[in-house]
Amino acid sequence: MADLEAFRSETRAWLEANCPAEMREPMRDESDYCWGGRNPTFKNDAQKRWMDAMAERGWTVPDWPREYGGGGLSPAETKILKQEMARIGARNPLMSFGISMLGPALLKYGNEEQKRRFLPEIARGEIRWCQGYSEPGAGSDLAGLQTSAEDKGDHFLVNGQKVWTSYADKADWIFCLVRTSKESKHGGISFLLFDMASEGVSTKPILLISGSSPFCETFFDDVKVPKDQLVGELNKGWDVAKYLLGHEREMISGMGLSGGSSEALGTALRDLLADEPMLRTDVARFDVDAIAFRAMSERFIDELKAGRAHPAQPSMMKYAGTELNKRRHELVMAAGGASALEWESERSKGGKAAREWLRTKANSIEGGTSEIQLGIVAKRILNLPGT
Amino acid sequence: MPLYLTDDQAMLRDTAREFMAEQGSIKAQLRHWRDRGCKDGFGHGLWKQFAEMGFTGILVPEADGGLGLGHVEAGIVLEEIGRNLTPSPFLVSAVAFVEGVKGSAARERWLPGILSGDIVAAVAIDEGRKHRPEATAMRAERSGNGFRLNGAKSFVVQGGSADVILVAARTGGSAGETDGLTLFAVDKEASGFGAASERLADSSMAARLTFENVEVDADAVVGEVDQGWAVLTRLLDAGRTGIAAEQVGVASGAMDMTVDYLKQRTQFGRPIGEFQALQHRAAHLYSEIEIARAATLKAQQLLDEGDSKAELMVSVAKAKAGRTATLAVQEGVQMHGGIGMTDEHDIGLFMKRDRALNELWGDANYHAERVAQLSGY
Ligand SMILES: Cc1cc2nc3c(=O)[nH]c(=O)nc-3n(C[C@H](O)[C@H](O)[C@H](O)COP(=O)(O)OP(=O)(O)OC[C@H]3O[C@@H](n4cnc5c(N)ncnc54)[C@H](O)[C@@H]3O)c2cc1C
Repeated sequence: MADLEAFRSETRAWLEANCPAEMREPMRDESDYCWGGRNPTFKNDAQKRWMDAMAERGWTVPDWPREYGGGGLSPAETKILKQEMARIGARNPLMSFGISMLGPALLKYGNEEQKRRFLPEIARGEIRWCQGYSEPGAGSDLAGLQTSAEDKGDHFLVNGQKVWTSYADKADWIFCLVRTSKESKHGGISFLLFDMASEGVSTKPILLISGSSPFCETFFDDVKVPKDQLVGELNKGWDVAKYLLGHEREMISGMGLSGGSSEALGTALRDLLADEPMLRTDVARFDVDAIAFRAMSERFIDELKAGRAHPAQPSMMKYAGTELNKRRHELVMAAGGASALEWESERSKGGKAAREWLRTKANSIEGGTSEIQLGIVAKRILNLPGT
Repeated sequence: MPLYLTDDQAMLRDTAREFMAEQGSIKAQLRHWRDRGCKDGFGHGLWKQFAEMGFTGILVPEADGGLGLGHVEAGIVLEEIGRNLTPSPFLVSAVAFVEGVKGSAARERWLPGILSGDIVAAVAIDEGRKHRPEATAMRAERSGNGFRLNGAKSFVVQGGSADVILVAARTGGSAGETDGLTLFAVDKEASGFGAASERLADSSMAARLTFENVEVDADAVVGEVDQGWAVLTRLLDAGRTGIAAEQVGVASGAMDMTVDYLKQRTQFGRPIGEFQALQHRAAHLYSEIEIARAATLKAQQLLDEGDSKAELMVSVAKAKAGRTATLAVQEGVQMHGGIGMTDEHDIGLFMKRDRALNELWGDANYHAERVAQLSGY
């Protein structure tokens, strides 16, 4: 305990000294995220300094082992770091599918060489990853995917199409599910990593109802992938894919936490609620659920780190967190009234409220829909019968 | 501190779970006493066993002969009570009353009897249909070196069985104000005191109490004269958190029973648990219960740490656990079909208990309102 208190005070002092003032302001929208990558775009110098300073200590991935670019922190230390960051409102220094999805999968299924090759550059924000799972014919029924990888001796030859690939047009590399056998549905899938700059890869952005284009159709036309970029065993990619999905769901469930702000929604909307008693009631009920969910989230992380969480618990968290986030934005829109409808005006910061409201509707679709999560909970946690 | 039970707490849970399933089961306690029309609605023998198990001393400080444990531990016992619908004085006597008299002169007189399971205590606050502690109108006037009490209380759980009643009365101010309240520990033998017990829908007993010129000594005062609100809030928050834990137990018990039924009952040639319409509702319920359990544990931990955010979290827990338990019992009865409507089946008993627990010390609306006010809106 004494050690932890010492760690807390050192951490506090270090954060005070190294977290730039600009990085302690709440993020205004997605454009404030720092994604890193080969050709990174930084909003300002502070963003870069903050990412580099944290990466230097391994604190972009505090609980990964040191040899792979992590901070080597224990669960208790990691929790303290997060608490101390929250205390000063420090932003997440680096958003990345590499951190939240691929990294954990590599730590479990990657071979030593793959870990040493890919993990440190994720930790330092040097390579930006995208996720090639969904296809036009394989959404909820992901294992029905058709993109094929043919064994050509020293490499695989990949052909097919992915869809809804978030940030495919900005990503450097892709982790991709491919079919390497038609013998078995789940047992014919493999997990490949490859460079998006490879010959034969092309992307086409798709416009969302929010008006932005964060995701793409992604095409593979005779893409050559070296064999050492296969993760896990051939035809055993479904295990890797599912494990990664657990981590993706864990990340998405964080949506229910509204960026880590501990302020109640009603506090933020106070002035708009004064003469809206019915809405105020709805908001109060929402706040009960949101604060309770925050406790659930803390419990889930604690249990996860201690190896006590049920393996299907991320599905419950994803379901609850995303449904909550959608409710939050419905309330924000109702409180904003006609002003919240403005789409382009400067006053509305380019329609921030409306665009965010629309974006949240994807939360209960991406990473597996709410219906799919409920099915997983019913079968794997409640052990209800059926297919 | 991680937000899960420590090893010691998990051990207590295992002990309490086994004990309550054996000794406190629906058949052995709730139905047994209900079917005999018991005037207390619980068994004194079980209350003695609670004492032998050490449960009655969980919140009593070590200096007073108790275990000096916290709200997490009290909640562990209450969750098992909820799961088995075990009728007992634990919530009111060993949690709310004990928390209320902590540090007061009354504790020396009453705590030993609670520790040994020989006496039962009640807490008398509300006077109307809904929980409004600040609306207390009952008067206490100075008389000699003590006070004279006049007024009436309603919905006093186990008020007709209690040897001592912790009563909120007004020594100053007027109904609606939080200032001017004082708490008194009143002996049931006091002259002018009357209790009329009634059986509630869940077969528990609650009383309407009357106080006609009841004289008490100065040392019956618990806390400071006119400053009772602070003690009242402390004892109520302990009680509310306890109810939240009991409701998590009620919800879990109802859900387990329902999920078992979904696996057993066959219609259309397959177990009804194969129907996705029911699977998704069961999974949603599971999710709500896990969240309610986390919120309740957080409230207990914050109370134990004396954290300033405890009050907010207590109301979150009471509101969340209340709504969740209501969902659990409603889904439970519906998914059992016709059998769920019979007195013979236990699921309906969960529905009744949930309704009573929701009403005690502030329902989900009361606590959502408190969350709004504490959050400044
Ligand atoms: C913003 C956004 C970003 C995304 N990013 C990525 C990405 O980076 N990489 C990637 O690979 N994918 C990504 N996705 C794709 C996402 O994973 C899929 O959209 C999702 O899995 C659902 O598949 P689908 O769209 O084909 O819907 P469908 O599977 O066709 O579902 C349609 C409806 O049917 C319901 N349904 C389907 N099956 C069942 C069932 N068995 N029981 C009950 N209901 C059912 C669904 O719940 C849904 O309501 C993204 C999606 C969005 C919206």
